[in-house]
Amino acid sequence: MSEQIQQIKVTIDDQTIMVDPGTTILSAARQIGGNVVPPAMCFYSSLKGSGGKCRTCLVEVAAGSEKDPRPMPKLVASCSTTVMDGMIVKNKSSERVLDARKGVVELLLINHPLDCPVCDQAGECSLQDLAFEHGASHSRYEFERREFDKIDIGEYIKLHMTRCILCYRCVYTANQLTNKREHGVLKRGDAAEIGTFIENSLDNEFIGNVIDVCPVGALTDKTFRFRSRVWYTKPMDATCNCGKCSGNAVVWMIGDEIARVTARKDKYGEVKEFICNDCRFNKKELSDWKIEGPRHIDRHSVISANHYEKAAPIHTPLLNKA
Amino acid sequence: MSRKLLLNNVHVEGIHTYDVYRKNGGYTAVEKALKSMTPEEVVEEVKKSGLRGRGGAGFPTGMKWSFIAKPEGVPRHFLCNADESEPGTFKDRYLMEKIPHLLIEGMILSSFALGCEQSYIYIRGEYMYVLRILEKAIAEAYQNGWLGKNIKGSGFNLDLAVSPGAGAYICGEETALIESLEGKRGNPRMKPPFPAIQGLWQRPTVVNNVETICAIVPIVNEGGDAYAGIGIGRSTGTKLISAGGNINKPGVYEIEMGITVEEFIYGDQYCGGIKNGKKLKACVPGGSSVPILPHYLVCKTAEGTDRLMSYESLAEGGFATGSMLGSGGFIVYDEDQCIVRNTWNFSRFYHHESCGQCSPCREGTGWMEKVLHRLEYGHGKMEDIDLLWDIQRKIEGNTICPLGDAAAWPVAAAIRHFREEFEWHVKEPNACMTRNYGLVTEKIFEKVNA
Repeated sequence: MSEQIQQIKVTIDDQTIMVDPGTTILSAARQIGGNVVPPAMCFYSSLKGSGGKCRTCLVEVAAGSEKDPRPMPKLVASCSTTVMDGMIVKNKSSERVLDARKGVVELLLINHPLDCPVCDQAGECSLQDLAFEHGASHSRYEFERREFDKIDIGEYIKLHMTRCILCYRCVYTANQLTNKREHGVLKRGDAAEIGTFIENSLDNEFIGNVIDVCPVGALTDKTFRFRSRVWYTKPMDATCNCGKCSGNAVVWMIGDEIARVTARKDKYGEVKEFICNDCRFNKKELSDWKIEGPRHIDRHSVISANHYEKAAPIHTPLLNKA
Repeated sequence: MSRKLLLNNVHVEGIHTYDVYRKNGGYTAVEKALKSMTPEEVVEEVKKSGLRGRGGAGFPTGMKWSFIAKPEGVPRHFLCNADESEPGTFKDRYLMEKIPHLLIEGMILSSFALGCEQSYIYIRGEYMYVLRILEKAIAEAYQNGWLGKNIKGSGFNLDLAVSPGAGAYICGEETALIESLEGKRGNPRMKPPFPAIQGLWQRPTVVNNVETICAIVPIVNEGGDAYAGIGIGRSTGTKLISAGGNINKPGVYEIEMGITVEEFIYGDQYCGGIKNGKKLKACVPGGSSVPILPHYLVCKTAEGTDRLMSYESLAEGGFATGSMLGSGGFIVYDEDQCIVRNTWNFSRFYHHESCGQCSPCREGTGWMEKVLHRLEYGHGKMEDIDLLWDIQRKIEGNTICPLGDAAAWPVAAAIRHFREEFEWHVKEPNACMTRNYGLVTEKIFEKVNA
């Protein structure tokens, strides 16, 4: 590197790291890794403009910068606040943050149907993880929950709006990954809903990725709905020859059958390489895929409790780095 | 009678037409600025005047103007926020309806000071008839050479257009206003970047309230120092107050900052006292978002000094015993009004108007409304009061835009000052249903002597 970028120092929960200017607090925390990473329900690194909406990633800035060490009066959204040199951030070490996060989780859950027992997302749901970590054991909400009709959007995708937390990720995916803007938010306030303008079906070749970006069970794969709990399936890295996408995917197997296909997610649940609808919905034969090996599902999902992984720890980037 | 800067000619017959406005000293400020002042000098006058934003937040206008980025070759925009939707506030409508040319003159001056060649007035959709008045006035201004290319030979070009919203309170938030003006869904943007750096179409933009822009005209005419001479402390100049509620003379009043609240409520030239000879129970001094004040804190601060109509005095005591001047929507409640019902009504408004972008506001406003509805209609429980307190605390400060705060503050203040009335609703559900007003007299009014 010929151009020397002046790195800046940021401290999160007493751990210091040097990062490039313009980094957000969340991405600095992810560079440190481990426990200091705030949860993120709406932020998605590959989607421009995402973030700032769910307010679960709120952190306290105890010192704004080296030059101006005053604390910020309000909690800030770590996904959309850039770091300054000498910034001191408190995530889990701040009572205020934990309290606010608990509040946000409670508010997110008041209109959520809590139908995890029949929800296909259960086991790999960000909201489930978040509620487990930060939520209260019971709800104080005693009113009727918001309900919507289930909608088929396109041939393969089911929209169950009642479960939606309005993170806007699918809206950004539809806008940015595909060329057509058919997908948006209708109405406002707690009546707001994801819609495909008068229920137009989404028939873009990459639209299946909205299923992967959805943090909850609002958008589900109709080819997989109700077939199995995700933790009974075995995730395998697999590739195929595909002219439209990279062909790198994860196939979720029940015995010798491929139950579903998803893109590969990193440990924060973010897809780096989006896959096309063909790979996702139509290639359900073993002969379509070249299996590479078991998939390491990171972080707190129940899937990571899979036992075979210990025998074959092939994907351990953290260990390799150290 | 106190001095009037904005409304001094409002009763002149036909002031909404160009000819009458011009005859009464209209457009002299533009003439003066274009002939003898540089844009920097205009900004300097505004800074000297100490003018603060009249839309609610009270941010110094001169300072806001000086933040605007001036990159080479990038056009800048000046926007007028006429999306006046705060319950209790109706001053901007009055200004635009009666003297539309004052706003246009202010727009020309501000655009000149900031170097903007395309400016917009964003008006709420409900003011469609006001929009027609403004469009007529703009056409007159074009005909007489005050808008368009090379205005009065000064070399300054300005185009002005009016754009209506579709009826959303949230579009009064400046970044949501910008989104809406761009033709998108009116969701507030994340800040930073601030509009002064990246606003309308990613260009540097300044958004000001109607009244703020109108106040630029007397500032240029008479000089910033003269304007700063009116008022008290850091609250300079005059302010339009839209007075409503149980008073004898509701309406829009232009006051000099620094008159006492007592004079404003009881003075004959202003509200003229409480209607039907009743007693004052509470007052919301700045539009529905600001904390409500109980009667013993309206005219006096907690320290016992006179409360004045100014940004500082109304905020004295913080949220514990003070409120805010806000946008000047002055709502007075007499002894018969029910605070719980009023709070529920406000909450219902914020629930309806939340854009639904960020979770605390989207979910929390609805929850508060439902709990308050339950309390008001006699199904409440004692825990509900603490629950409400908890919900508002979780919304406040945790949202993208100030709508969350605006929804939380009235609930917090109502519980803080009128907890007994909430409790009464729980204890006496039948009475609260049949009488439809709160704890009248005794308990509430005891505090005067305490």
